[in-house]
Amino acid sequence: MNDPAIVLRARGISRAFPGVQALCGAELTLRAGEVHALMGQNGAGKSTLIKVLTGVHAPDAGSIELLGNAVSPESPIHAQQLGISAVHQESHLLPNLSVAENICAGRYPRHPWTRGGGIDWRETERRAAELLASLGIRLDVTQLAGGLPAALQQLATVARAVATDARVLILDEPTSSLDADEVQALFTLIRRLRDKGVAILFVTHFLDQVYDICDRMTILRNGRFVGEYTCAQLDTHGLVAAMVGRELAASPAAAPEHVAENATAPPVLAARNLSRRGQLKPLDIDLRPGEVLGLAGLLGSGRTELARLLFALDPRDTGEISVDGKPARLDHPADALRLGLGFCPEDRKHSGIIADLSVRENIALALQARMGLTKFLGLTEQRQIAEKLVAALGVKTSSIETPIGQLSGGNQQKAIIARWLATQPRVLILDEPTRGIDVAAKQELMNEILELARGGTAVLFISAEIDEVVRVSDRILVLRDRAKAGELPGGATEDQVYSLIAASHS
Amino acid sequence: MNRIVRNPLFWPVIALVLLLAASALFNPSFIRLTWHDGHLYGSVIDILNRAAPLIVVSLGMTLVIAVRGLDISVGAVVAIAAAVSALMIGGSFSATGEVQSANPLWLALATALAVAAACGLWNGLLVVKAGMQPIVATLILMVAGRGIAQLLTGGQIITVYYPPFFTLGNGFLLGLPVALWIAGLLWASLHLVLSRTALGLFVRSIGGNPEAARVAGVRSSAITLCVYTFCGLAAGVAGLIVSSNVKSADANNAGQLLELDAILAVTLGGTALTGGRFTLAGTVIGALIIQTLTSMIYSLGVPPEVNLVVKAALVFAVMLLQSAEFRQLVARTARPNKPLEGEKR
Repeated sequence: MNDPAIVLRARGISRAFPGVQALCGAELTLRAGEVHALMGQNGAGKSTLIKVLTGVHAPDAGSIELLGNAVSPESPIHAQQLGISAVHQESHLLPNLSVAENICAGRYPRHPWTRGGGIDWRETERRAAELLASLGIRLDVTQLAGGLPAALQQLATVARAVATDARVLILDEPTSSLDADEVQALFTLIRRLRDKGVAILFVTHFLDQVYDICDRMTILRNGRFVGEYTCAQLDTHGLVAAMVGRELAASPAAAPEHVAENATAPPVLAARNLSRRGQLKPLDIDLRPGEVLGLAGLLGSGRTELARLLFALDPRDTGEISVDGKPARLDHPADALRLGLGFCPEDRKHSGIIADLSVRENIALALQARMGLTKFLGLTEQRQIAEKLVAALGVKTSSIETPIGQLSGGNQQKAIIARWLATQPRVLILDEPTRGIDVAAKQELMNEILELARGGTAVLFISAEIDEVVRVSDRILVLRDRAKAGELPGGATEDQVYSLIAASHS
Repeated sequence: MNRIVRNPLFWPVIALVLLLAASALFNPSFIRLTWHDGHLYGSVIDILNRAAPLIVVSLGMTLVIAVRGLDISVGAVVAIAAAVSALMIGGSFSATGEVQSANPLWLALATALAVAAACGLWNGLLVVKAGMQPIVATLILMVAGRGIAQLLTGGQIITVYYPPFFTLGNGFLLGLPVALWIAGLLWASLHLVLSRTALGLFVRSIGGNPEAARVAGVRSSAITLCVYTFCGLAAGVAGLIVSSNVKSADANNAGQLLELDAILAVTLGGTALTGGRFTLAGTVIGALIIQTLTSMIYSLGVPPEVNLVVKAALVFAVMLLQSAEFRQLVARTARPNKPLEGEKR
């Protein structure tokens, strides 16, 4: 058992929060020169385990050994001093400082002339440039971090994390906002760090990435340790089964049968010549009752922009929008709401949840906004609505009065969808509803979407994951470079979508 | 027990009770209430009466802070409202020796309140439509407002001679001061509006996450405008109470530094300056804490030159008592072997 390569070993880690046992006897072993995946559904305890390792939470029970010595990180800084660094989902660079300033933040070299009084900026830049060069990242360190693309920011964040001679590097969903090329750039960096002997813990929801880069994985379920496997031991199917605790039914076949009947129905929502400078070139779009219209395209192709224009979150330059064939006044999200539209935004934290408010208040908000100031729902009604939807969507929360910020990401997402279901929308726009949530929850969510459409709601489904779009859509609208690239009928293959997306790039 | 301690109002109430107890300790007559001429008299009643303008202003401030705003012009609006009412009432002796008002009393009061509400609306427009930072937007009226008030009064202190006007600040109704009734009525009606309409939910959601509230279809601009207007109106009511109490309008000193006391009252009551969750009851308690402090300092006979220093020290102590971090620190120092309080519940 005394493998010399073992850098970190956590044993029997338990941690409870009010109403939830987040971790119960979790185990984790990280080895030098290996990339280790931490897998589990939402609420399996991945985040909590990471927070225990980085000193954000103290464990209720269990021990952590680093290089054979027992340690107990008390704060993220303490953990960093011990050699445990972490990079979180969103990059945490300070946008108004340069890359060099960000990388050296907290340990600026002092100017020799001022006896440690002033910062030696030239030395700061030299060190940062040296570090980036040693990691093979080409980047001008004098640039402001805020001006960099997300991917480069992510690389710089990783560089900053290892600048402190980290023995253990924790990457918590580092790829969730990156596109395919950017992911490869990040992986190159991860491999380089791995070869330098850093023990890397990699958390992601993308299964293919796990097999792409990881050597081993640890699986958690409901806060408990399920097992440690090498990637060769466990295939995707086995991995999902271990995470979920049961065999998943094979994904339902695409192309629901009711396509034909609603293909001729008059559109519930139609936009003509819709455009906004720099965001979307003029395009037409129709949504018919009971259909799922998939919106596919690369990052920056105009998917989100189109959705925001339809929901009046951004003002449009040109375009008429009509609902049920009648021209509609649509200048504020409140108008969209009144017309029976709903919109689940992509950026859950920033424009979805209101973290301090309870799950109940978050769910009731849109319905109340539609009913207006004076027709108050009242506590009893709010509770009924929230209880019903929480049960229907399987939102895991200790109570509907829990602040929504305390829920895991996937459950927050479900609660936001519940907010719109409460308004019984005729058109529901879902922008990346499956981002950052686990496989089983994704499956449930997709079934939920199909269910909604069967009930007559028109759904606009936006996702970066083409396989999802293909699986649920009755029709697929493909965007490229902020314009319509083409339309495909339900049952189209992923390859057909890709060839439309790639048409002008080849 | 735990539930009581964790109630957000627990520590503000403790602070108030401690202050009242200390006052009673230094001055045993403090708690004495007497009935005289159908009026209730005593130090406690006096505190409540004097706290009324601050309570009224702080209630408006609470809502503004809850939508992530701030209004530092309320003191100036108090001066404007006082000046408008005093000017319109004035008063002159008629041939029969009776004092007459220059304009009907109701018209004077309504005009003063309308002007105050317009001031609030102006602040709201600057914040919502012009996109200014609230502190900057209201700084304009804070400075300009006093100038307007001085312009109205011609730089003089305007004295009012019309007795019916004095009821607001000096009168009694059912044994209690009229000003207290006004503050209580405002609190009650605000509470009613917040619990019977969706206003509370909307205000909390705008303060909690303005962008998410907008996406959910809440008309944030309209609500924020209303909240600023109400804050101006509340300052106007306070202005009427103040000028009625001193039977004059002093453009320089009416409502001086009231904005800071109001912000302090909101904070003491447990509403976070970052917006979102708010508590009206907490604000009322916060205002009472401040007034109790002031009265206590006077009744202790603290010399005027150290008055402010003593007040600062007491405010500091109250803030420490309410700081969760500080209480944790004390608990840890007292019992060095125990882990962080509140970490494990």
